[in-house]
Amino acid sequence: MDLVPKMKNVSVLGAAGKMGSGILVLLSFEMAKLKIGKKSNEQFVLNAIDVSQPALVNLLGYVRSQLLKHAEKNIVELRDWYADKENLVDNEDVINQFVEDVMAMIQTSTRIETTYESELIFEAIKEDKNLKVKLFSQIKQNNPNAWFLTNTSSIPIGEIEKEAGLNGDIVGYHFYNPPVIQKLLEIIKCDNTGDELNEFSIALAKSMRKIIVPSKDVAGFIGNGHFMRDALYALNQAQKLAETEGWAKAFFMIDTISRDLLVRPMGIFQLIDYVGVDVTKFILASMQPSFPNETLSHSVLNELFDREVKGGQYADGSQKDGVFKYQKGRITHVYDFGTGKYVSKEDIEMDCAAKMGELPTLKIYWKTVVRDKNKAEYLEKFFKELHQIDSVGANLAVAYGQNSKAIGQMLVDTEVAASADDVNTVLETGFFHAYGPINDYF
Amino acid sequence: MKALRKKVYMVAGYNTVSMGTGRKEFHPKKPRPDLEHYIKEAGQATLKMIGGAEKVDEGVIGNFMASRFNKQANLPAFLPMIDEGLKNKPAISVEGACASGGLALASGIKSILAETADVVLAVGFEVQNTMKAMYGADVLAGAGWMKTRKDGHAYFFPGVFSNRAGAYYEKFGKEKTREAMAKWYCNAIENARLCETAQEFHNKSKDLEGTAKMPLNPKKFVDHLNYSDCSKVSDGASAIAIVSEEGLKNVGIDPKDAVEIVGIGQAASDITQEPENMTCLTTMKAAAAKAMEMAGITVDQIGTVEVHDCFSIAGIMGAEAIGFAEEGKGVDFVLEGHTSRCGKVPFNTTGGLIGWGHPTGATGVHQAVTIWEQLTGKAGDAQIEMKEDRPYGMTVNMGGDDKSLVAIVYKRGE
Repeated sequence: MDLVPKMKNVSVLGAAGKMGSGILVLLSFEMAKLKIGKKSNEQFVLNAIDVSQPALVNLLGYVRSQLLKHAEKNIVELRDWYADKENLVDNEDVINQFVEDVMAMIQTSTRIETTYESELIFEAIKEDKNLKVKLFSQIKQNNPNAWFLTNTSSIPIGEIEKEAGLNGDIVGYHFYNPPVIQKLLEIIKCDNTGDELNEFSIALAKSMRKIIVPSKDVAGFIGNGHFMRDALYALNQAQKLAETEGWAKAFFMIDTISRDLLVRPMGIFQLIDYVGVDVTKFILASMQPSFPNETLSHSVLNELFDREVKGGQYADGSQKDGVFKYQKGRITHVYDFGTGKYVSKEDIEMDCAAKMGELPTLKIYWKTVVRDKNKAEYLEKFFKELHQIDSVGANLAVAYGQNSKAIGQMLVDTEVAASADDVNTVLETGFFHAYGPINDYF
Repeated sequence: MKALRKKVYMVAGYNTVSMGTGRKEFHPKKPRPDLEHYIKEAGQATLKMIGGAEKVDEGVIGNFMASRFNKQANLPAFLPMIDEGLKNKPAISVEGACASGGLALASGIKSILAETADVVLAVGFEVQNTMKAMYGADVLAGAGWMKTRKDGHAYFFPGVFSNRAGAYYEKFGKEKTREAMAKWYCNAIENARLCETAQEFHNKSKDLEGTAKMPLNPKKFVDHLNYSDCSKVSDGASAIAIVSEEGLKNVGIDPKDAVEIVGIGQAASDITQEPENMTCLTTMKAAAAKAMEMAGITVDQIGTVEVHDCFSIAGIMGAEAIGFAEEGKGVDFVLEGHTSRCGKVPFNTTGGLIGWGHPTGATGVHQAVTIWEQLTGKAGDAQIEMKEDRPYGMTVNMGGDDKSLVAIVYKRGE
């Protein structure tokens, strides 16, 4: 498929945000392939659009650093691209020229009107359906041929399509964080999504070397469909445990269980902090209308939000205080929801271990297991032992694994995911789990 | 020249650690020792062994590209930095790409022969981890003819030797050659594990062969070589004292703790010309022949060799160039185990450029230090047994693609 006609003028809305900046960088790589790699004579423009001018200035620094890294990594290919430029002799000459050439295609703007010239509009603004609908319908009225690719992780595409009057010119294009590194891309076609756009979106994703998982247009899709329900389950479990143990220990234990005993890269509450309590709450709220028979909210989460215990990240990528406080990425303190104060991890660690009781003698760690070729064998042994132990910790872990599996299965049964493999791929690649939720371990 | 006109010895060798990827203490983003540190460490260690700076008449520093890696020139003036006792003594620096160290030795030997000195302090160094590999490749490309850089590979020298490897595969068979290259790598790492200054000293891999036999990846690297076929990017320095008979007495070292230089062969070929034979290192062949002729020996008398294996294929072709095997038979020579540490002629007994490391300007001196250690029984865990019928050691140091060569034959002092 020839991507050029649609890639000549592209806009990214919310370009200065965490996701938007990554999407912008990926698109700049793609434009470079077309413009420099294929020596196209066409003019290419990549509009970085955001409400914040200072954020756009910072964005350019980020893009430049990513382009430099990319050029260094791909120097073998780049020398080939610039083979006819006699003045570019050293690798350094080629790399610098590449960065300059790509930067020259990027233009920043704070005005929505900029998108009126674009064939493609990527959107990564906040998770607010009304705002998305408002912007898209305004653009559509002024730019009837534009295609929209939205990074929403939870809002049904069909609703946006209908409310904004997009005539099928929209597809869900859900990247994972950080988009430049994360291989997973959920592509969500709504009922009306045009075939040409669908085909284009797949061709572009392949060119970006993404792992594509199609998801049905159901709020939350596969990734958040699992994550949000997993989080709600964890909050419920912690609430129960808090009745006897207090909140600090409850948060800490469930987090530890979901990380160490489920062999995941991070515990569930750390993940909520990473994503942000606020973002988690928004996602749940945007999913709720599609699931009237389910309660997709949690009083504890809402209360945390009201108390400004929000998690999320600072501009430098370091973690803000949330359910936990961190130092260099490690948990140091735990929020006691009962008293509203943080408690030192060291003060509760021993009690928690005692409460959890016996745990498998075989110690396995996500970090070492995830890339081991004998992974399945280790996991099997570990979970087998876990099942045989009758302790608070082991029982909570088994129940947690079973619930995660049930969520995964539900996503397949309700046809959100086309197969168990798709669910597992999303969790393994998008969430870095060592194994998918639909498995024989639980 | 049939023989050296007077006796020349080397004593008191010292190698710093070869620093770079592979060493536990190496972290690309953390500060590291600078070139001043390495020059001092190596120079001072040798001075200590010979009784101090006052014993030294002259100094020579070998280095390739401090001018670009470290933006530093005027290297002779670093000699007195080693010890203030060297102030106002003659010092020079020499450059011949990766043979800079070998040229430093040649220069020192000539000073002894010219009788301008009885004791010469020779130091070689390079600090090249100041740049990422793809920029370092630009700098190292200076060892080739700059006018060929534009058409060369991003990783210029791996590209040059990849082409040689490709020609060799075509002429003599790819499969066996890749086997021999893998064996070369395994030997290098196994030897490096016995030498605590080696860059691969900490290599604990249980599957070296697997590493060496990884599929080639021309998209990200070169057509015919893997990373395991390449020497390391290294920071380090080596030092040794080159002395006359008189000088040996002055420094108070027993001749048995010295090596005598019995032959040296230098050769250069035109850097603007393509190799006349892609599967033969002809300049190396000429230099090695000269060194052996001067020493009055044949290859059968050589007990150990430090050969310039900037790439595994260069090591194999080096064995051929020296005369251990005919062209195309070096692979068999390696595969039959003759170059392994228990073989007929152990090569690169502390890992060579692939295992010990390749601080480019230091390498020629490092080779001499290793031979000195082996011949005088100072190689520690890496010590090999020298057999009576093979008492000679040899070093072969190469700059660029078979362009600047220094070969030296050594025997233990008597």
